[in-house]
Amino acid sequence: MNEIPQIELTGITRVYGKGEIAVRALDGIDLTVAAGEFIAIMGPSGSGKSTAMNVIGCLDSPTSGHYRFNGVEVGRLSQDQRALLRRHYLGFVFQGYNLLPRASALHNVELPLIYKGLGRAERHNAAHEALRKVGLDNRAHHDPSELSGGQQQRVAIARALVGSPQVMLADEPTGNLDTKRSIEIMEVLQDLNRSDGLTIVMVTHEEDMAEYAQRRIWMVDGRIERDERTRKAA
Amino acid sequence: MLWETFRLAIQAIFRNAMRSFLTVLGIVIGVAAVISMVTVGQGSTQQVTADVEKLGTNVVMVLPGQDTMQGGPGGTADPMFTLRINDAVEDQIASVALSAPISQSRARVIFGNENRRTDIVGTDNRYFEAARWDLNRGRFFELSELQSGKAVCVIGETVRESLFGFADPVGETVRIKTLSCEVVGLLKSKGASTFGSDQDDFVILPIKTFHRRIAGNTDVSTLFVSVRDGASIERTMEEITALMRDLRRIGRGEEDDFEVVDMEQFATMLSGITDILTGLLSAVAAVSLLVGGIGIMNIMLVSVTERTREIGIRLAIGAQARQVLLQFLVEAIVLSLIGGLIGIALGLALAVLGANWLSIPFTPDPGIIMLAFGFSALVGVVFGFFPARRAARLDPIEALRHE
Ligand SMILES: Nc1ncnc2c1ncn2[C@@H]1O[C@H](COP(=O)(O)OP(=O)(O)OP(=O)(O)O)[C@@H](O)[C@H]1O
Ligand SMILES: [Mg+2]
Repeated sequence: MNEIPQIELTGITRVYGKGEIAVRALDGIDLTVAAGEFIAIMGPSGSGKSTAMNVIGCLDSPTSGHYRFNGVEVGRLSQDQRALLRRHYLGFVFQGYNLLPRASALHNVELPLIYKGLGRAERHNAAHEALRKVGLDNRAHHDPSELSGGQQQRVAIARALVGSPQVMLADEPTGNLDTKRSIEIMEVLQDLNRSDGLTIVMVTHEEDMAEYAQRRIWMVDGRIERDERTRKAA
Repeated sequence: MLWETFRLAIQAIFRNAMRSFLTVLGIVIGVAAVISMVTVGQGSTQQVTADVEKLGTNVVMVLPGQDTMQGGPGGTADPMFTLRINDAVEDQIASVALSAPISQSRARVIFGNENRRTDIVGTDNRYFEAARWDLNRGRFFELSELQSGKAVCVIGETVRESLFGFADPVGETVRIKTLSCEVVGLLKSKGASTFGSDQDDFVILPIKTFHRRIAGNTDVSTLFVSVRDGASIERTMEEITALMRDLRRIGRGEEDDFEVVDMEQFATMLSGITDILTGLLSAVAAVSLLVGGIGIMNIMLVSVTERTREIGIRLAIGAQARQVLLQFLVEAIVLSLIGGLIGIALGLALAVLGANWLSIPFTPDPGIIMLAFGFSALVGVVFGFFPARRAARLDPIEALRHE
């Protein structure tokens, strides 16, 4: 394939602190992700998975190395331009749920669309649609405090996909859920990947969940140790 | 987007309604104070003008110089007038209809078990005419009483009420200092004047009686001059000035040691005092606005800290720094505008009460109201900016990690 890759990391490092106490959270990452891929990132705690996700999500800037998104050098973009990139191309599901506490599920889901400048009616339609996709439309007017952990996680997914991004970044989307709920969520993600061609980069500790991805990346100490296609790949 | 931001601000404010209210209390008090002070102040200025017009616009007063700086510290004040000067003004200036000499002090008036501290005024019947006093009961002074300095007096309604209750005062004897004097007349009430000062609260004696028995000298402190109908007030004032300079032997180039004011000037003088008062009180109110602004800044900073995660979420899903800035700025502005509106309502309510109490007209000034409104918006902008900028400068990852 000669296409421009959607995500292209070359020689990415991310160092926290300086001198003696410096932590090399990312220690030379090379990674290429094509549009429509579903990737699972695995690795022990502290291996740099979340840090990598933050860099890919344009929330954090690498200490060195190059990151191209759709061929665009992200390091050259201004803070505002990176915000626009997040707004229009990326959807984030955080390791915690990170929902607004005193706002309904609907408001949480429509939040990205406010910044996209959509009108009220349009926003509500899209938010309901996204909630329907994750099977939560009947809870649209509940606050996060009135929802179970799995339901909150699904609201977070709905929020990530409501703006029809090209890439969804999910950091342990099933981290706090039981197997049954986890499978439900993985099926939602797989469905989005298959039917909408959504690129998904997901961090997980669980072998079972990684099974859903087409490609598995194993990180240790800020490096990629293994990068393999799973058998189940479509 | 802006409307969205506005709605968001309203939501955030009402989510913490109690705290928001306490936050804006400073603004509320500041604005209410400004509005009520200025409104009452302007009402009393209007009242002064109205009072003066009631008194007659053809009245001119001559007062001893009031420039205390002239004498220096401990220096002598300008000398008082005399009856001779008063009569000269009346006789020698054609356009003067009459001039009443006035001497004044304060003393206690006693009747039976009742007593009242009041103004004791020595004058003659010309004053009643010039100042347009009418009788309710009894009579004014008789010529013989004026000439001999007899112990008689005419009293105002307030004095009657406090000493006599519902009884008829005419024919009764009251005591002022060592003087026992018979009440011969009761004036018709004129009611309260500006500042609520009671115009009916005085006792009038023949000036000769006043000089001999109360003052112990023959000073005249004011000439109360009535100008003939149709004559020019200005020209009359010039003539009085010229005559007075002559009588008081003021040389060329020397300054007057007296003042001639017409009622219009007198009104300006009085409203000047109310203006100064209004200004002072407004300055105090402005300080409380400033304090209110600092209160808003404080609470907005707390709010930014509390909502750090929220800000992180917004930044992560694609909000630009300036949108976050705008959100918090709008919130601060809306907060202080709400405070401003409550303050305006409260201030007007207080002004209505105050105007009622002082019996002056209630005159709300749209200009001041707009100004107060604009000022509270400004407070929001100024004191909201710093917290808003802090919010906008948060690092999204740090913010998301914040607990
Ligand atoms: N803000 C920070 N300051 C200093 N060190 C940090 C910071 N964030 C992460 N690190 C360090 O970087 C390394 C990688 O952290 P990261 O959060 O990426 O790990 P992870 O693989 O996501 O772990 P987990 O599976 O527990 O979520 C860790 O050693 C961590 O201590
Ligand atoms: Mg992590």
